[in-house]
Amino acid sequence: MNQVLSNIGVSTVKQSQSQAQTLSAPKLNQYNAEGFFDELVDGQTYARPDAEMLVDLINRLPPQELLRRQRSIEQSLYQMGITFTVYSDNAGTEKIMPFDVIPRIVSAMLWQHIEAGLRQRIRALNRFLSDIYNEQAIVKDGIIPKELIDSASSFLPQCVGLRPPSDVWCHITGTDLVRDATGAVYVLEDNLRCPSGVSYVLQNRHIMKRNFPQLFGASRVRPVNDYASRLYGMLRSMVPSHVDNPTVAVLTPGVYNSAYYEHSYLAQQMGVELVEGRDLVVKDDFVYMLTTDGLQRVDSIYRRIDDDFIDPEVFRKDSTLGVKGLMRAYRAGNVALANAPGTGIADDKVVYAFVPAMIKYYLGEESILPNVPTYVCQREEDRKYVLSHLDELVVKAAGESGGYGILIGPHATPEERAAFAEKIEENPRNYVAQPTLQLSRVPTLSDNGLEGRHVDLRPYVLCSSPDDVWVMPGGLTRVALRKGSLVVNSSQGGGSKDTWVVAEVGQPVATVND
Amino acid sequence: MLSRVAESIYWMSRQVERAENHARFLEVTLNLILDQPENLVDPWEPLVQVTGDTKWFLKEYGPPNAQNVVKFLAFDLNYHSSMMTCLRAARENAKSVRESLSSESYEQLNEFYHFVAGATEAQLTDPTVEFFDNVRRYAIMWSGTLDSTMAHDKAWHFANLGRLIERADKTSRILDVKYFNLLPRLDDVGTAIDDLQWSTLLLAISGFETYRREHHLVELEKVVEFFLFHRTFPRSIRSCVAGADWSLGEISDSSHETVPREARQRIAALKHRLSCSNVKEVLAGGMHQFIDFLQGELNEIGNRLNHDYFNQPG
Repeated sequence: MNQVLSNIGVSTVKQSQSQAQTLSAPKLNQYNAEGFFDELVDGQTYARPDAEMLVDLINRLPPQELLRRQRSIEQSLYQMGITFTVYSDNAGTEKIMPFDVIPRIVSAMLWQHIEAGLRQRIRALNRFLSDIYNEQAIVKDGIIPKELIDSASSFLPQCVGLRPPSDVWCHITGTDLVRDATGAVYVLEDNLRCPSGVSYVLQNRHIMKRNFPQLFGASRVRPVNDYASRLYGMLRSMVPSHVDNPTVAVLTPGVYNSAYYEHSYLAQQMGVELVEGRDLVVKDDFVYMLTTDGLQRVDSIYRRIDDDFIDPEVFRKDSTLGVKGLMRAYRAGNVALANAPGTGIADDKVVYAFVPAMIKYYLGEESILPNVPTYVCQREEDRKYVLSHLDELVVKAAGESGGYGILIGPHATPEERAAFAEKIEENPRNYVAQPTLQLSRVPTLSDNGLEGRHVDLRPYVLCSSPDDVWVMPGGLTRVALRKGSLVVNSSQGGGSKDTWVVAEVGQPVATVND
Repeated sequence: MLSRVAESIYWMSRQVERAENHARFLEVTLNLILDQPENLVDPWEPLVQVTGDTKWFLKEYGPPNAQNVVKFLAFDLNYHSSMMTCLRAARENAKSVRESLSSESYEQLNEFYHFVAGATEAQLTDPTVEFFDNVRRYAIMWSGTLDSTMAHDKAWHFANLGRLIERADKTSRILDVKYFNLLPRLDDVGTAIDDLQWSTLLLAISGFETYRREHHLVELEKVVEFFLFHRTFPRSIRSCVAGADWSLGEISDSSHETVPREARQRIAALKHRLSCSNVKEVLAGGMHQFIDFLQGELNEIGNRLNHDYFNQPG
């Protein structure tokens, strides 16, 4: 597997660490990195440079104390009602997203690299969306096969000819990143529709400050708590300039949606209305909400309802969640929508494989953050390889998310692999495969004390215009809590950790009083 | 504010108030059976009558006794107004308008709900006064949290409105039913058990201490007057209606209404009527009739709110 990676010429970002630093750094007691790349310590379990304070604290606190804090945090999350709804269980079952007290630390240098990579990627993806719903030059020039676009269910013919203001389609993005056994960073997938999880980032930080105040400041953690103001600022800026005092709203499918807590939290933090489809009406191509004083115009909507459901007039006729006429108002330029309808085509798991080509095509640059090498089953050669190497690969259905429709080859039974092979042959368009990466790990509290658990990272990006792309310094670190598991989705037993991006000299750091 | 949000806040608040009142009824009755000589009055049947759902109860449970009344009023999820049903609905409503509440008040309600849900099983086998006392405390804390952590803007006034309309309704019900059950004939006033019975009634609305301070001795007319017309006691009907009128006035003002909407006119008229009535008139004209009229008015105000604010045509 390492061979596969080295063959594609990935530039590895390593944390600089001199011998002298290693010797003075604290060693994490009784922890074993087990040969995996660990975010906090090196192979000999000495703290990486920015993690010294943290490792030192962990060493000084008795393990019982960490566990006690962990329990009390979980209890307070439950009491605060910071929960998500689990569909598979009985209706209305609520769970907290399991939280692990040991944060993940990202060095300033690594962050610079990630940030630059994400900016570049968003710029290219926005260009792609404008192109694919208009000229389709990238198809005509043979970079992306036409049948790939035509066969994608996330390509919405209803959006052809749209030109969102400033040509920005994805205003809010959550990109999933992973690090492999060498510490190199890869993009695992782009989430351009309604990426969830940012509320956990903000709440995790809030909780960590309350429980480990002595570490903030001293650890030079960059603040994340201005996310809501920036989001609000962006949503306001999307409105035509002649509108005085625009009204912004968050559109939710309602209280039974699994991410409802996040929708309500963001509306509350921004101080705007949280609306459901039934609260809105379209009249003369303007959008209004039903208030106790009659109709009030809405100018900018952060919609957390999928494209298919936002307007029964244009998309699914049976949708009761959406607003009839919303697309008319949008096309007339009377309401701003984030993200624009149609962005789903750019995070199709097959289209993903072409993002590096897009970056080259639209920007004339090499991608800063590489993709995980991806086999597109629609290509005959790739398909043959995939079918004969199912025991080494992760196979993903293009149309699924949340960890569903996935085969993890090395952990699957021969029967499961055979069943998946059949599905691939039936509908090759729907499948891609990737090598199973040795995801990096972070020390995590378990019943046996601290053990390494695999993590990924979802940073959030706000894009107001191609020149105004803001990457939140942090993100959601999701952790696979089960020993050895690579699946980090909260619907599949994953949890989360606070993510500490270290400030450079002169950058603001988080304080406990924020 | 959104019509849906206003409606949910109004109901959330009514539901918590209803849950609190049911806890009060049970707490007081559990206390009463400790004190009174056996078999004097059956304390459980009136509690069922208070709800107005006696038929449903008899069909589901048969003759009332301590255990089935506690289950019915407190924990029966099939009964639309049990304490638990109300709290669950209140929490669902709160969740759907969480962004319009203060975090503290949402969290307080969430904790309240978990407290009651967690105690259900134990209370079904052996109900204790202490538990219901704690429920009352939670309810008081919740309403205090709401009052001290939210701006007293439209959202708060809709909550206040819901709370006071529900409270007025419950105070009138308990007076109505207990009045006839405890003392069917006016001649019985002054009998040995009298004091205990009426004190219990006053305790159910937390009015015992205030009443004693003002009147010292328990007298029927004074008790009825206290329930209906006390100007400042927060659970008297007059005071609830005056508070509801104030909140609706504030809502109306902040909407810059030139002509008051119907709900506003109706509650102002009721307030006026209460301030002009006295207890002698009420007893002469029939208290039950008066309370019937009151409940009819409160219902109608609820309907008008629906029409004026919650479900206006788009």
